[in-house]
Amino acid sequence: MLIRRPADIPSSEITPESAYLNRRQFMGAAGSLALAGLAVPAVLGASRGPAEHGDAVGQAQDDKLTPEEDATSYNNFYEFGTGKDDPKRNAGSLRPRPWSVQVDGLVKSPKRWDLDELLRGLAKEDKIYRHRCVEAWSMVIPWQGVKLRDVLARVEPLPSAKFVEFTTLLDPQQMPGQRTGVLRWPYKEALRLDEAMHPLSLLATGMYGKTIPNQNGAPLRLVVPWKYGFKGIKSIVRIRLTDRQPNTTWNDAIPSEYGFYANVNPTVDHPRWTQAKERRIGEFLRRNTLMFNGYAEQVASLYAGMDLRRYY
Amino acid sequence: MSSFGRAPAVRRVGALLVWVAAVGPLPWLVWLAVSGGLGANPIESLQHRTGHYALRLLAASLTITPLRALTGWGWLVAHRRTLGLAAFAWAVTHLLVYVGLDLVLDLSQFLEDLVKRRYITVGMLAIALLTPLAVTSTQGWIRRLGGARWNRLHRLVYPAMIAAVAHYLWAVKKDVTLPVLYFLVVALLLGFRVVMRRRARSGVTARRADASFGT
Ligand code: HEM
Repeated sequence: MLIRRPADIPSSEITPESAYLNRRQFMGAAGSLALAGLAVPAVLGASRGPAEHGDAVGQAQDDKLTPEEDATSYNNFYEFGTGKDDPKRNAGSLRPRPWSVQVDGLVKSPKRWDLDELLRGLAKEDKIYRHRCVEAWSMVIPWQGVKLRDVLARVEPLPSAKFVEFTTLLDPQQMPGQRTGVLRWPYKEALRLDEAMHPLSLLATGMYGKTIPNQNGAPLRLVVPWKYGFKGIKSIVRIRLTDRQPNTTWNDAIPSEYGFYANVNPTVDHPRWTQAKERRIGEFLRRNTLMFNGYAEQVASLYAGMDLRRYY
Repeated sequence: MSSFGRAPAVRRVGALLVWVAAVGPLPWLVWLAVSGGLGANPIESLQHRTGHYALRLLAASLTITPLRALTGWGWLVAHRRTLGLAAFAWAVTHLLVYVGLDLVLDLSQFLEDLVKRRYITVGMLAIALLTPLAVTSTQGWIRRLGGARWNRLHRLVYPAMIAAVAHYLWAVKKDVTLPVLYFLVVALLLGFRVVMRRRARSGVTARRADASFGT
């Protein structure tokens, strides 16, 4: 690359791969590069250290990182096609830099941010999360990024703000799937503000110690580990604060199957399949799905008193 | 078969295509399995691939009769049975992938699915309708049933095909393009049959239509 480096490290390089690997060695992985075989004892849901791990007791021990190859080749990203292997094949047309993010709605000063500027100086997070797709498969993915709450703090929501809405890029040139009508474009997702402010909610810019690949939602995607994967909106160009519950893409498309909350819940089946079990990618037998994807200890209080069958 | 070597090229090519379509997927799946080509979720991949093989072969078996009527190639009729049997075999494999690999023989879960999930219900219906056709596909059964009764029985292939496409339609998450295309194909094939019947009834081409009507 002949492009001169800016003085500040761009956020797209939050965690250089070398540092990431060093940390993994530090974690006692004996320098193993074999991601597939790497046990991730008790760090799921916490940035470091076993103290904060979720309530996945008895399960955390056998949560191994999903091979990077699988996590980057088996994706749902309809902007690049509806097949699982389409995104990797087709996402080359996405240009993740330069990238701007419109932040507006109920914030102190609405503004179009350059992505690197929006993230500059925010604490960098390394998080290993279980990822549970609504289609009953799951992965374990090491993310790099920033806490969503830190970004929100930077843009200063007004006291009247109650929800955060996210919008994916709309550009059929870069996203060929948008030339079809399979979903209403652009993709939108949203969280309640208290969900967005939860320390587990992450805006990811990297995975496996590298800049996040296009097919996984470059350059900026949401990761909310206690919710089904479709809440994790990709290639975000707009963040809007609002006082009303926004419409969200899958909920609009098929409301009986995909709720606004979409919390992982083994007791509420999808109309066409059971959510009680999931296939962890790379494993043969299905394993039991955990309430809130194993993060109940951290997030259950957000939903105290709510009927989760109704608000699925 | 003894005269096969001297058969016209089109017949030989036809036979080759039919056999590749019917059994070719097997070595292809083996290759994918050993080369990692089934991807991150091999069971799902097998589930989907076997389902598509079954559906395509079923559709192909239904095109034989109209094709024969249009081309006058009587020899095509033998392939109808091959394609139909192969479709059935792949459908059963597809079912076995589900029950054996996905559910790991959890039969109570399978029964629950049969009752609760309409796409599984109609999938089972399709296989149930195809089973007597597969069983009676031998010369012996044709003789035992008699041509007319055998033909009537084998019209079950239409409800089976419709059930299979409905299964596909209800199984996919959102992108219904292909299932809808299959429905169009079924409608086209059925429409063709109806037109042929009308013509046969009106007597103009009664003999030809009768001879090629089959299923
Ligand atoms: C008891 C019978 C059957 C069972 C249990 C069954 C089961 C399944 C399952 C579990 C799926 C995957 C759905 C998903 O991914 O969500 C599927 C898809 C499919 N099945 Fe079946 N099936 C049956 C019969 C049939 C028959 C008879 C055919 C065709 C002749 C067929 C063709 C298909 C096709 C084309 C798909 C869609 C694959 C895709 O989405 O790309 N199935 N079936």
